[in-house]
Amino acid sequence: MSRPASPAGVLRWTLATLLSHWWRSPIQLAALVVGLSVATALWSGVQALNAEARASYDRAAEAFGSRLPRLEPVGASRFDQSAYVALRRAGWPVTPVLEGTVSPDHAAPDPAPLRLIGIDPLTMPAGAGLVLDAPDAAEDDGENGDGFAEFILPPHRTYAAAETMRALGLGEGAVPRLADGPALPPLSLRPRLSPGLLVVDVGAAQTVLQAPDALSYLLIAPGGTAGLAAPKDVTDIPLRRSQPEGAGDLDRLTESFHMNLTAFGLLAFLVGLFIVNAAIGLAFEQRRTMFRTLRATGVSAGMLAGALGLEMVVLALGAGLLGLVGGYGVAAALLPDVAASLRGLYGADVPGSLGLRPGWWAAGLAMSVAGAMLAAGQSLWRAYTMPLLAAAGPQAWAEAQRRWLRRQGLVALGVALVALALPLTGLSGLMAGFGQLAGLLLAAALLLPVLLAGLLGAAERLAAPGLGRWFWADSRQQLPGLSLALMALLLALGVNIGVGTMVGSFRATFTHWLDDRLAAEVYFRAADTAEARRMTDWLEARDEVAAVLPNWRAEARLEGWPVDVYGFTDDPLYRTRWPLLAELPQVWDRIAAGEAALVSEQLAYRLDLAPGERIALPGAEGRLEAVVGGIYADYGNPKGQMRVDLALLLQHWPDVEQRAFGVRLDGAPAAPLVADMRETFGLGEDRLRDNETLKALSLRIFERTFVVTGALNTLTLGVAGIALLTSLVTLSGLRLPSLAPVWALGVTRRSLGLMELGKMLALALFTGLIAIPLGLGIAWMLVAVINVEAFGWRLPLTLFPLDWARLLALAVLTAGLAAALPLWRLARMAPARLVAVFASAR
Amino acid sequence: MSQLLSVETLSKSYPTPGGRLHVLGGVSFSLAPGRMLALTGESGSGKSTLLHLVGGLDRPDSGSVRLAGTEIAALPERARARLRRERIGIVFQQFNLVPSLSVADNLSLQARLAGRHDPAWEAELAERLGLGETLARYPEQLSGGQQQRLAIGRALAARPALLLADEPTGNLDEHTAGAVMALTRALVTETGAALLMVTHSMALAATLDERLHLSGGQLSHRAAAA
Repeated sequence: MSRPASPAGVLRWTLATLLSHWWRSPIQLAALVVGLSVATALWSGVQALNAEARASYDRAAEAFGSRLPRLEPVGASRFDQSAYVALRRAGWPVTPVLEGTVSPDHAAPDPAPLRLIGIDPLTMPAGAGLVLDAPDAAEDDGENGDGFAEFILPPHRTYAAAETMRALGLGEGAVPRLADGPALPPLSLRPRLSPGLLVVDVGAAQTVLQAPDALSYLLIAPGGTAGLAAPKDVTDIPLRRSQPEGAGDLDRLTESFHMNLTAFGLLAFLVGLFIVNAAIGLAFEQRRTMFRTLRATGVSAGMLAGALGLEMVVLALGAGLLGLVGGYGVAAALLPDVAASLRGLYGADVPGSLGLRPGWWAAGLAMSVAGAMLAAGQSLWRAYTMPLLAAAGPQAWAEAQRRWLRRQGLVALGVALVALALPLTGLSGLMAGFGQLAGLLLAAALLLPVLLAGLLGAAERLAAPGLGRWFWADSRQQLPGLSLALMALLLALGVNIGVGTMVGSFRATFTHWLDDRLAAEVYFRAADTAEARRMTDWLEARDEVAAVLPNWRAEARLEGWPVDVYGFTDDPLYRTRWPLLAELPQVWDRIAAGEAALVSEQLAYRLDLAPGERIALPGAEGRLEAVVGGIYADYGNPKGQMRVDLALLLQHWPDVEQRAFGVRLDGAPAAPLVADMRETFGLGEDRLRDNETLKALSLRIFERTFVVTGALNTLTLGVAGIALLTSLVTLSGLRLPSLAPVWALGVTRRSLGLMELGKMLALALFTGLIAIPLGLGIAWMLVAVINVEAFGWRLPLTLFPLDWARLLALAVLTAGLAAALPLWRLARMAPARLVAVFASAR
Repeated sequence: MSQLLSVETLSKSYPTPGGRLHVLGGVSFSLAPGRMLALTGESGSGKSTLLHLVGGLDRPDSGSVRLAGTEIAALPERARARLRRERIGIVFQQFNLVPSLSVADNLSLQARLAGRHDPAWEAELAERLGLGETLARYPEQLSGGQQQRLAIGRALAARPALLLADEPTGNLDEHTAGAVMALTRALVTETGAALLMVTHSMALAATLDERLHLSGGQLSHRAAAA
């Protein structure tokens, strides 16, 4: 006789027995794997997008001197390098930087303009955050190795990230050609550089940008400049000192964007878990006999629960790996749109290709396992506590579900009350908003089966006795098994309606707002103050020009947030077209008198300002103080904004760049004027645009921003469809005892099939109808709470009933498609299987 | 002869809406290795409850169940599970086969759990139980008689010291039931196990060594089989 089995041996055979269930029930296994892998894919896809974007922000924050103070020219974008030489001689620890934009030639796969930075590595301080490490830095012979020499000596090198090289369609050592001007030095890979950025020696940059002896600004090395002569005493070129914007600004500004993505990913993950929970619940029910047999043959309750847990981990790891592959695909597909959104909204450069990070794989697998354990928790507990001798009734689960249904309404009410009370708990506004949204979704999901049971019960009472009443009674009987899938469908539809309403409202408001906001026909930006003066003189001499409107900007910080202060002159254009959300009487007169300022909605929200209150912020010279005369919408701008009379701006920022203008025409078309301006002043597309082009650009950015939301929306709806399909397929086997007696009484399988289809369509339709008020609630939460907390602006809500009808039709279609496979199986089922129901019921 | 199983003043009751229902009230008996004992009695007399207590599937209110000197009732759940898999084989009235395992895997399940997987013995069992041709099939593809024989084979494959059977032929016709019982007796005799079998059938009970009759939770009669 062999030795008794070790615990590992018992575990092994218990696990093998448990797993045998899945091999014999491949559709149920597929439901579990699909649910878990789809949930993991959507969650990890979103996390990959967030991680990629955040890594880019870190790289941007590390890039050239973004944390260092600088000396900038006053009233111009560039200045002569003689000022740099004079300052160095005077002991200033400064290093020169020349910036510009270059356009690759048409052979490049992506002809988008690239940012070129010229630096001087000899004077660049160590603390400037240089990211010039060679890929094989470990083998490099130090900072002054060959790479360094090649960079500063002709023919120089162009440092670029791999993404930038791909955009150029070139490899290391290749020479990038430009659309106009000389070629760049040969390329050299620097992986840590931001995408879209080219770094060359400052001398090479002057050649490429055709800006001999010109510099953009000087970075001041850490260590202090106390005791040194002031720049104005060293050079005649006017320079002003500016502090860097907070390195974490990009992180902070984009926080809400990423939180929105995360919320969507989490929602999709939870919808996926509904599928997993349904599959595991059914598997538990079907394995009750197996559990009892295992217990009777000597497997302890702890060992059984442990084996079930291990089984779940094994399945979760397998499905998680599949999900990660899917998640990578989702992220790779969505990344270009996310990158475009982040560039359009925040000016953040995010690479268009995805990196693979070990932490992402580990976190994705952990999420898959955690999700599976969460979904299986109840089943594991029931297996552990299941009395060995309890009767294994196949309807026990449905009975338990029905008991739970009775309590579910109360639980839903409790969840709703907790959600309402969240703002009182001290949670931050945005977190409380998301918490309330989650509470609304959960309460609605919990309430759904209660509402459906009520609806079906009412229909049953109204139906004629006989087959009609059986139809509704049987629908109600089937409800517990379908509840989770219908909840998933409700959430997906509700979120679709909610987000669709929000985006639609946003689009309608934004389009109208752009029309008013971009009321001047032409906008331009001169190279420096002198050119600006020449251009305004030239424009004012033209008959079709009604007014040239300065729009000069100074940067400030208020309570740690970046604020742009714009100066403008009084003009009928503003008085008639500029949209205000709230205002004081005679607001335009008060602004023109320098008493009042307009503030953007997000700035007013952040500082809790209302018209009539006072605002003060530090200017370059003295504090700017004014009454809030009005509040205006400034959709899409992450920064705060304030508008004052031009004279007031110049009083506090006398050195402000005087280069940006709008041109109001007297009804003449803009195109001839734009063409003349291009010809006369040689202005490129980036410095001269008519308002139609600007509107089109803004709308394009807007649409791309919501491409990701739309895609995640659709994927979530797809997941709900899968939930419905898997539930119906797994339940179809359990339906036989309900259908066989009716079939035996003389109802054909075709009629039964049609009734099954009608039942699913009715359930989907009811669910869709309930999703409409839920969706409107979500839309209201997004517009009135989440958007306000995240971005600081609130939109008027617009309703789109046609979209609801489309979604209802889609829900019914989804249910019809999901019911198709089980119906097909019923139609092809051999009568012997239906007869077998009676045999096993003996 | 030393006893394999000793049951002393065993009592068991269950809570019901109308108060506690006393199912067993002080039952005592013993069983020696190699002996076969039939447990008879009317429905609700406590036969199955007694079998479950002996098998460690449930705990008594009072009294003692000793298997080879080990007090089952006092063992924690894990130890009772171990005792079941290594010393006891149970044949349920409803067979309780694992539907997702093949006949061969069902047959060897408890033996594998007990660390006593013996392919030769299992092959012999399968042949003698008439299951040799069905090893690759699944339980749902077997007739009721075949399923019952498979359940008996699974219990015996681990060579238990005590075989407990709850109406093992209750779902079979008279002819098949007689054949299954004859085979069970033969196998029990060969393995040296003791058999405690619950049955309604006096005819089947008469084929075993002894018969215990339960009535109202009390042992009313113990007799050697005819």
